[in-house]
Amino acid sequence: MSARRGFGFARLLIAAGWVTVAAVSSAATAPKVHTVVIADMAFGPAPADVHVGDTVRYVNKDMFRHTATARDGSFDLDMQPKTSAETVVKKAGTINVYCRFHPGMKQALTVK
Amino acid sequence: MFNRLGLAAALAIAVPAVVSARAQKPTDPQIAHIAYTAGAIDVAAGEQALNKSQNPDVRAFAEEMVRDHKAVNDQALALVKKLGVTPQDNPTSQALTRQAEAKRAELARLSGPAFDKAYVANEVAYHKTVNGALAGTLIPDASNAELKSLLQTGLKLFQEHEMHAEHLSGELK
Repeated sequence: MSARRGFGFARLLIAAGWVTVAAVSSAATAPKVHTVVIADMAFGPAPADVHVGDTVRYVNKDMFRHTATARDGSFDLDMQPKTSAETVVKKAGTINVYCRFHPGMKQALTVK
Repeated sequence: MFNRLGLAAALAIAVPAVVSARAQKPTDPQIAHIAYTAGAIDVAAGEQALNKSQNPDVRAFAEEMVRDHKAVNDQALALVKKLGVTPQDNPTSQALTRQAEAKRAELARLSGPAFDKAYVANEVAYHKTVNGALAGTLIPDASNAELKSLLQTGLKLFQEHEMHAEHLSGELK
């Protein structure tokens, strides 16, 4: 009984160790969340230093429904007023983002 | 004769007229009424298009007009309530409404692609003219900062809609 418990505890330690190692190793490149505010019929400034795997969250503070739509088709976020939506960027390059409803609303999002 | 001038032309005439006729700037309650009327007219035009058009692009555009102009007019109502201002009817609003009714009757007689083209062409002209009125008269003459700010948002909205309408108009040809 106690042997089994000991074995179990050891496994727990190992498991915890793995978790710790994983957490440390990912800390160096931990994905970040970048926020873009949409207000007054415009996208706020594009976030700098966006890397592959990061999340870009669009917050629609406007009174209008907007989309954040990637011209390359990689994402299409449709947001009612006062809501937000997010996407994980998956490849490097510049993504041209626009609103499908108000195509004059544009943003160039650079992913490193 | 006057009907043939079309809504856009009527607005181009009517907006400066309200200013020159009184030889003074329109008041905030009048400006609020004109802006609200201009939005309500486009909501009604969009609803007419949703009743008549089968074209998915035209319907999507009309839905956007209804949604966006309702949103800005809701804000306008909330603002006048907050400011304790009662929007005041005036010759410009009346001319806008009369011409919108004439255009609505004209469009009601059309159907199919003919309706779509006429609706979208009118949307281009209407937004262009309202933009001119907002930028040239209503925004500069508005005294209250919050009203001015809402009108500026309205101008951005109308400009976006004008671009969208022009793009759609090109596709319908």
